[in-house]
Amino acid sequence: MKQVKHRNSASKILILGTVFLFTFFNPVFGQDEAAVDNAAVTEASSGGDVAKGEELFKSLCAACHKRYKKAVGPALFGVADKYDRAWLYSWIKNSAAMVASGDAQAVAVFEEYNKTAMNAFPQLTDGDIDNILAYVMEPKADPPAPVPGSDTASGGGGNSGVSSNVILAILALVFLMLVVVLFLVNKTLRSFAEANNVELPQAEERTPIWKAFIQNQFLVMVTAIFLLLASGYFVYGYFMQIGVDQGYQPVQPIHYSHKIHAGDNKIECKYCHSSARVSKTSGIPSLNVCMNCHKSISEVADATATEEYSKEFYDGEIQKLYKAVGWDTNTQAYTGDTQPVKWVRIHNLPDFAYFNHSQHVSVAGIECQTCHGPVEEMEIMYQYAPLTMGWCVNCHRETNVKIADNKYYEKIHKELSKKYGVDQLTAAQMGGLECGKCHY
Amino acid sequence: MSSNKKYWKSVEELNENSSIVETLQQNEFVKEIPTDEFLGDKSSLENSSTTRRDFLKYVGFSTAAASLAACEGPVKKSIPYVVQPDRIVPGVANYYATTIADGYDFASVLIKTREGRPIKVENNNLAKSNCDANARVHASVLSLYDSSRLQGPRKGNENVDWDVLDKEVSAKLNSLGGKQIVLLTQTFASPSTSKLISEFKAKYQNVKHVVYDAISNSEALDAYQMMYGERALADYDFSKANTVVSIAADFLGDWQGGGYDGAYAKGRIPKNGKMSKHIQFEANMSLTGANADKRIQATPSQQKQVLAALYKYVTGSGSKGALDSKLDAEVVKAAKEIQKAGSNALVVTGIQDVDAQLVVLEINKAIQSKAFNKNTPRTIRQGDAKAVAQLVKDMNAGRVGGLLIAGVNPVYSLPNANEFKSGLEKVDISVAFSMHNDATAELCNYVATTPHYLESWGDIELKRGSYSLMQPTIRPLFDTRQFQETLLKWTGNSSTYHDYIKSAWTGILGGTSWNQALHDGVLVKPILPKQELVDALEAPEGDVADIEAAPVPTSAGPDVGAASRRLSVAKSNGIELTLYTKIALGDGQQANNPWLQEMPDPITRASWDNYLTVSRADAAELGLTNENVANGALNGSYANISVQGSESIKVPVIIQPGQAKGSVGLALGYGKSKGIKEDMIVGVNAYSLYQNLNTVQNVSITAAEGVHEFACVQLHNTLMGRGDIVKETTLEIFNTKDKHEWNAIPEVSKNHIEYEVTSPEVDLWDEFDRSVGHHFNLSIDLNACTGCGACVIACHAENNVPVVGKSEVRRSRDMHWLRIDRYYSSQDSFEGDNDKKDNIAGLGSSLSEFGEMENPSDNPQVVFQPVMCQHCNHAPCETVCPVAATSHGRQGQNHMAYNRCVGTRYCANNCPYKVRRFNWFLYNNNDEFDYYMNNDLGRMVLNPDVTVRSRGVMEKCSFCIQSTQAIILKAKREGRLVAAGEFNDACACSAACSSGAMRFGDVNEEGSVISELVKDDRAYHLLEHVGTKPNVVYQTKVRNTTEA
Repeated sequence: MKQVKHRNSASKILILGTVFLFTFFNPVFGQDEAAVDNAAVTEASSGGDVAKGEELFKSLCAACHKRYKKAVGPALFGVADKYDRAWLYSWIKNSAAMVASGDAQAVAVFEEYNKTAMNAFPQLTDGDIDNILAYVMEPKADPPAPVPGSDTASGGGGNSGVSSNVILAILALVFLMLVVVLFLVNKTLRSFAEANNVELPQAEERTPIWKAFIQNQFLVMVTAIFLLLASGYFVYGYFMQIGVDQGYQPVQPIHYSHKIHAGDNKIECKYCHSSARVSKTSGIPSLNVCMNCHKSISEVADATATEEYSKEFYDGEIQKLYKAVGWDTNTQAYTGDTQPVKWVRIHNLPDFAYFNHSQHVSVAGIECQTCHGPVEEMEIMYQYAPLTMGWCVNCHRETNVKIADNKYYEKIHKELSKKYGVDQLTAAQMGGLECGKCHY
Repeated sequence: MSSNKKYWKSVEELNENSSIVETLQQNEFVKEIPTDEFLGDKSSLENSSTTRRDFLKYVGFSTAAASLAACEGPVKKSIPYVVQPDRIVPGVANYYATTIADGYDFASVLIKTREGRPIKVENNNLAKSNCDANARVHASVLSLYDSSRLQGPRKGNENVDWDVLDKEVSAKLNSLGGKQIVLLTQTFASPSTSKLISEFKAKYQNVKHVVYDAISNSEALDAYQMMYGERALADYDFSKANTVVSIAADFLGDWQGGGYDGAYAKGRIPKNGKMSKHIQFEANMSLTGANADKRIQATPSQQKQVLAALYKYVTGSGSKGALDSKLDAEVVKAAKEIQKAGSNALVVTGIQDVDAQLVVLEINKAIQSKAFNKNTPRTIRQGDAKAVAQLVKDMNAGRVGGLLIAGVNPVYSLPNANEFKSGLEKVDISVAFSMHNDATAELCNYVATTPHYLESWGDIELKRGSYSLMQPTIRPLFDTRQFQETLLKWTGNSSTYHDYIKSAWTGILGGTSWNQALHDGVLVKPILPKQELVDALEAPEGDVADIEAAPVPTSAGPDVGAASRRLSVAKSNGIELTLYTKIALGDGQQANNPWLQEMPDPITRASWDNYLTVSRADAAELGLTNENVANGALNGSYANISVQGSESIKVPVIIQPGQAKGSVGLALGYGKSKGIKEDMIVGVNAYSLYQNLNTVQNVSITAAEGVHEFACVQLHNTLMGRGDIVKETTLEIFNTKDKHEWNAIPEVSKNHIEYEVTSPEVDLWDEFDRSVGHHFNLSIDLNACTGCGACVIACHAENNVPVVGKSEVRRSRDMHWLRIDRYYSSQDSFEGDNDKKDNIAGLGSSLSEFGEMENPSDNPQVVFQPVMCQHCNHAPCETVCPVAATSHGRQGQNHMAYNRCVGTRYCANNCPYKVRRFNWFLYNNNDEFDYYMNNDLGRMVLNPDVTVRSRGVMEKCSFCIQSTQAIILKAKREGRLVAAGEFNDACACSAACSSGAMRFGDVNEEGSVISELVKDDRAYHLLEHVGTKPNVVYQTKVRNTTEA
């Protein structure tokens, strides 16, 4: 009988699961279909290929234009309605010539955008331009409407943090109930026994274990020594970590994500931290370096948003940058009203230790990640290495001097390696352990 | 200085019989503390909520909490630029060429800036104008960050806007009704400023320009004008002079603009058996006299006679007065030397007298001295003492309507300051152009606050044809405007001074571009010889041979014969005072600069003071004494000194070996009390004795009460025969005898065999192999070192050496990493001392003879010896450090890890050279040391590459390891070997040394200067017999004298 019941429940779960799956996937499919429909409509109306247009737009136009928002150039949505198509063809192919020829419309646009001439694209065919226009004429997609039940769907998926907590809670509850039941059973049995006058066996009087322990002097001594050593170890450990801020992850005035920049977009570290090549400091990039890109990137892509940080959040952080650097997004110009950003310094070497980035980055060719950790995965930057002297010295002992193509090392390396009888000198053998090399 | 003033807080205290005062004096607390009331009452104690135990718990908890909280690191902020300037890379220094021209010091310099802050002054090696940077120039960067600077324009004692000031002043200047407007300025020597002032003259009515030098050179300028028709100073190239005879000219100091030490030192290094000969006649022991081969004492009046006699002996004309026979003999010798050298000789004088200056010009003309550059007279002194005197008269007569005072402080530096003050009250409008609220600015109606030279534009013609540019190296720190900028405004010119200079320079630039000139900082234009110029302009058929005829207005020329006759009858009345300027403070403009105040005087080794230098004989006569107290500090008597008729001033006395009997000396530039920090108000203002702007005065002196405490850093007066510290020989011996005669390496005996102490055979330690990689050595040439102290200041600036103040220096706690020891020799030479010491027989004899040696004879010989950490290869300090805080590097540097040091001071005890310095206090961020490290402004001068040391650690010279490492790193980065000579300027001291006495470098670098120097015959190490094998090598001093 029991087995039958079991089968029943299994099939129930299966059915339930399928239902869940369907509820979860359905809205997504629905949306896709809608988008496709949309595209079909626009393509039909303007006679261009949206996909090809998107490709062209992103490679040629996106540096200066956005579809729904003003950037260096105007927002392009609706441009095909505003201007005659033939006019657009010639404008895109060579706008400067049009301005020079005195075309009224062209001059007006030119004047409006501070006489910034648009690049000429003579390589584009009319068809290409049609494709681009088809793309830019797409109406802005509405943000996906929240689908009722989708929350529960994700909860039912069974792999998110919330659900595992729930499972744990249930297990704990079950466990607690078991304990209570055991206790109750015991109590009941005892009262039964009493009622039936059953003699319960009495435990024999023994020396309590703690008394026995105290009487055994050897054990006491061993334990005392053990405790002393252990506490010594922990006290030492505690004191040794004073001033060591490994894992220090302060809240910064702007939520700058190294993961997005160095990880997703693969921006080379030294593009921003350029002084690491020539100077002792790696340099926190000045805001004009940020603006090299962020002049045209005023918001993140939808895909960038994560569950923890929404797109709105990231866009807000970019706005903080604009405020600090004094960039007016409407006029696309600097206002001159700046507020320097007060970053919280993460890697603090004490003043008496001299560290030079260029020595390590340019001369030794060490990857930034060696000391700074997987920066490209850090949403929030933290101190990866302990930055203690022992850590420095260890690396100097283990790392070979990079002598390739460096005339400076030719002679000294030859002589020193002969002296020490090794092929490759470590930084320590080169003198990297001498006090005065870092402390002066 | 102690004073007998009674201080009081309330009038009641002045009432002697007041019972209240007595009660108050005895009781710290006016009301009894109610201890009995509280502790005596048991019930109140029991009711108290805090028991003793609770109290202890709270104390314990709060202490623990506080110490736990202290373990948390502070949050540090990093604020990057919003827009980073192209040329600035954080952490990399930028250099800009500029020029200092404060009216007293003129020099082309390079400014090292870090992140836009100037942090150090360095020599501009492109400049070849013989205006070398001295200690004051090196220290001037700290004056930029002077927290007592004015921060904006002022009217009366209130801050005011520039617009208001401009409007009010120009309105008043226009409504003076024909009264004089006088521009009282420093010497600018600036072509564009001259042009600007002439435009100002055209714009306003009745404008007069009076140039005033606080230290006057008026007579020399007048004499040059009489002789050569141009009001300028003669320019000399001392490197071309084989024989220099100087009569009271302190040309290694500030004589006629100074900056001659580099050229002088070139001739002092024996080359091919030859070196220059320098004879000095003087009263005060000056830096120049100390460097002379032969120094002859002569009081100021005797100096004039000496000059007259010299003129007679050299040229045969003129007359010799009643000259002392001993002096006469010396003059004859000097004249012979001059005649022997012929046109390679040079005579200079510092006597402030037109006659004397004329005679000297005439002598140099007669011998056709090659060292005299006729075509390029110096223009860096233009002051006119007569015009200044006339101005004070005009002011008192009410003839002056407007007075614009720029770059000078007459209320402080004029002897008749009171007259000037009363005249200033009669002036309708007075404007001071000043950086500080100094004595003059305080009394003026307006202060148009000016920026420091490192924040200004400017152009300077140091001497004819040698132009320099001044450019800002930092944005103005305060709301200031330079004098020229203001003049432009007031003349209605809307261009900036920068553009104005540019347009004024179109004629000067010639083929050079403006950017190139600005980059170099200097521009030298070929100068047509004066004669050719005149010929070209007016008289093509004129007599070319007669040099005098054309340019001199009075065609007959000055009567030099009469001048020498007037000199020959000079007489003295009583004691003659010679006012001089110290290397450290000069005319006193930078009196608020703690580096300069703490720099020991090269001769007396006293810092933070000026004092009367008196000869031993005169001191005994006047009852003046000097003594060293138990802790080694120097105490001295006071004396009252007065010039006829003037008020007497009380000055401390130092008994100066070598001071001519019947003469005394006193330094100008001290005793400033307005616009200056309290700790810097030291010394006495000697300008009140500077009557008629003449440095020589007849004075009367009496002993005064009280004892003055000096901060003097060198105790021993003589070398006492310790020949191995300073090695000295004469040119004759140097040329004729073997090295072992005059530069012997001490020997020790092992197994009855004599070994040189440098031999590994007698070494306690194993020899290290020092042939791999770099090995740094520093060579110091005792012949070329003039003791000028530029290195001391450069070291301060580079290494963040703290200033400790007068009372700490007095306790021998000065922090100078580099000191310049001054040694006297009681005999004519050190050899004499050695002989005397060796011949001492018996205890009685030793007592008396050592006593004599301790009392330096009246005319000692002097040697300067810069001493810093010797970076011993076998360093005694390293072996005794219990925590291994000091250790040896492969490159020869003795490292000092401050963070490891626990302050046992064993190393300092064990150092035979006494070059280690202990931080007795925390000098930064400590208001007890109100110099510069305790305020944000002053800290901007700190070098970010060098640790600022804390209390309780030892520090010392590091051979500027931050620079040597930076040079190596640069080579590594560029993948090349370190270029030849790249290390030469690595050490701040060797880079600052304009005389070339200090040479730094890598001895393992083939063909480097240093590798030759360490092998030189003259080379020796300090205390060689100790066996420390130092990496600093000294070059034996050779004196050009035959009397050994």
